[in-house]
Amino acid sequence: MKILIKGGRVIDPASGRDAVGDVLVDGERIAALDNAARDATVDRSIDAKGLIVAPGLVDICARLREPGFEYKATLESEMEAAIAGGVTSLACPPDTDPPLDEPGLVDMLRRRARSLSRARLYPIGALTVKLAGERLTEMAELSESGCLAFTQANVPLDDTQVLWRALQYAGTFGFAVWLRAEDLSLARDGVAHDGEVATRLGLPGIPAMAETIALSRLLHLVRATETKLHVCRVSSAGGVALIRNAKAEQLPVTCDVAIHHVHLSEMDLGYFDSHCHLVPPLRSLRDRDALRAGLADGTIDVICSDHTPVDEDAKQMPFSESEVGATGLELLLPLTLKWAVETKTPLAKALAKVTSDAARVLGVKSGRLEAGAPADLVIFDPAAPFHVAPEALKSQGKNTPFIGYELAGRVRYTMVDGRVIYGEVRE
Amino acid sequence: MRNPQLNPAGELQHLLSIEGLPRAILNQILDTADSFVGVTEREVKKVPILRGKSVFNLFFEPSTRTRTTFEIAAKRLSADVINLNIAASSQTKGESLLDTVANLSAMQADIFIVRHVASGAPYLIARNVKPHEHVVNAGDGRHAHPTQGLLDLYTIRHYKKDFTQLTVAIVGDILHSRVARSLIHGLTTLGTPEVRVIGPQTLLPTGVESLGVKVFHDMKKGLVDADVVVMLRLQNERMRGALLPSAQEFNKYYGLSLDKLALAKPEAIVMHPGPMNRGVEIDSSVADGPHSVILPQVTYGIAVRMAVMSIIAGN
Repeated sequence: MKILIKGGRVIDPASGRDAVGDVLVDGERIAALDNAARDATVDRSIDAKGLIVAPGLVDICARLREPGFEYKATLESEMEAAIAGGVTSLACPPDTDPPLDEPGLVDMLRRRARSLSRARLYPIGALTVKLAGERLTEMAELSESGCLAFTQANVPLDDTQVLWRALQYAGTFGFAVWLRAEDLSLARDGVAHDGEVATRLGLPGIPAMAETIALSRLLHLVRATETKLHVCRVSSAGGVALIRNAKAEQLPVTCDVAIHHVHLSEMDLGYFDSHCHLVPPLRSLRDRDALRAGLADGTIDVICSDHTPVDEDAKQMPFSESEVGATGLELLLPLTLKWAVETKTPLAKALAKVTSDAARVLGVKSGRLEAGAPADLVIFDPAAPFHVAPEALKSQGKNTPFIGYELAGRVRYTMVDGRVIYGEVRE
Repeated sequence: MRNPQLNPAGELQHLLSIEGLPRAILNQILDTADSFVGVTEREVKKVPILRGKSVFNLFFEPSTRTRTTFEIAAKRLSADVINLNIAASSQTKGESLLDTVANLSAMQADIFIVRHVASGAPYLIARNVKPHEHVVNAGDGRHAHPTQGLLDLYTIRHYKKDFTQLTVAIVGDILHSRVARSLIHGLTTLGTPEVRVIGPQTLLPTGVESLGVKVFHDMKKGLVDADVVVMLRLQNERMRGALLPSAQEFNKYYGLSLDKLALAKPEAIVMHPGPMNRGVEIDSSVADGPHSVILPQVTYGIAVRMAVMSIIAGN
């Protein structure tokens, strides 16, 4: 089928293109842009006047909760949330039950995802068996099943010897390792950033040092092994500085930040709002500003949703006892737009953090809008109001600190593999 | 964000923390407590203010003293008091905090007195009770112990009259102390010009200066010219987890002895929220000495808790 998307503001973050024009989709691929697109005879056309046409979002961390936590969310519910949020590719961490530590599980998950015909799913494999931090997984086998990288998700790996060997082994095959930097003993009892707010609220703290000390260790291991490291969910000013230096040193390091941390700080905990119980913790405003500076200068490559649906019962608990995480698939786009507006970041540059740069880190071909690229697109109205309310979210997780926010940006159409899977097609 | 302990009229609906309460409400509680001190000294120690009301003592963490003083206070206001030792019942059967509260609410509670190991737990309960129900925080994690803070304020006012001329030193384990946090907020709200915290770095929370206090690590410097010395209880478990080497060393450097007390003003008062570890944070010679107002604190605690319950029940 040929579909012509007419008259939209077509943004391709990878090339920096930002101009009104047409996009022709032929089958599973983008066939042509602008003049080359216009003369084709098409089966359908979409009027995108006043809308933005961009590559579909690539979210490099979204928990779908399968297998094992189906009472929190299912592939069905979260894939609907993804496409409603314009996310056409997503990577899921292996912290499921059982963890994604063997090829059969990865196969099954990918098959389930394909049968739903929604967003593309890229499982990230477990780095160690059962994420226990002791034995290595069969990374090469897992890679053949479709794992694009290996990680411990939020499970700490304290043993430096195991970590070193894991990086060596992954590096042998050229696999990237994705790790969150958090010193286990400094973070163990904490539930909030160790700062003025935690002191006032009497919440056990996690110092920013927990990140910088762990990150220093990781960077030493990268120097030794030259294995590609992706640092997940950087949260502190010190962490950003270390990564900036590592990049200047030409270490093979990339990093991401969760969208919550781009906007919120410890101040948002208010009166013990368990929706702000996140991992890593929301840190100070100074840290948040450093994260924004890191996004601006390219130190931070990617923004992800860190989507974590949590059932309401698990959030209706005292702060320290509540389950961590926030839902985010449907908020990634509007919150990225909000950040772009607040920091006067050009839209193409902002969208790169959730499209082309995310695809680069993940190692997939999508996230671009050019002839020959996969036809994964999002068409959205950047000005349409989005009142964040539980009933407005398709995700089974309604847990987000942004409940009640008035955001802007609504997805009108989402296209994967040249098929419109979200939104109505008007002839 | 509206302060969750105030009703739309700005009156006290719940007592969750001293932080954020206006000076007028603190003074209202202290003044009301004054009138109840008389009641507790009468032969018939009862007033009918809470007749027909039910007060549920909801202690998710063990406590004898605080629970008992709340019980006495409620009974002197003629309320029916129901004591629930939750630690030993439903929570161990897996019932959620809010389910427990909903069940008790169905039994027609008017006031919940809540103690919980998790900071903020009373806020969660207050958000989920019916409009006519009230929550009093009897200690949540490290966060707050507002009635203790108020009885400390009452005691200080009783002996020293004017907060705006005072130097108050709080000594010991500030990090884990809800008592210290509540007292600090109360003192700063009432205009105390100098509030000091004294302790080793391991027992002071990050950024404690932001609460409006001066930090001292040397107790001898910190006690100089103090009008009020508040000693905090040191839990034995602090010796684990590398916070302190030993009770003996703590006593030597941060325990209150007569020698160290001599650095404070001659008419200084010594307070302690109890229970005391004699020979650890406080020597018996001080605890039982002429500067000690530790037992009057307990007596005033009843009047202060009567004041809190009568005020919130009337709002």
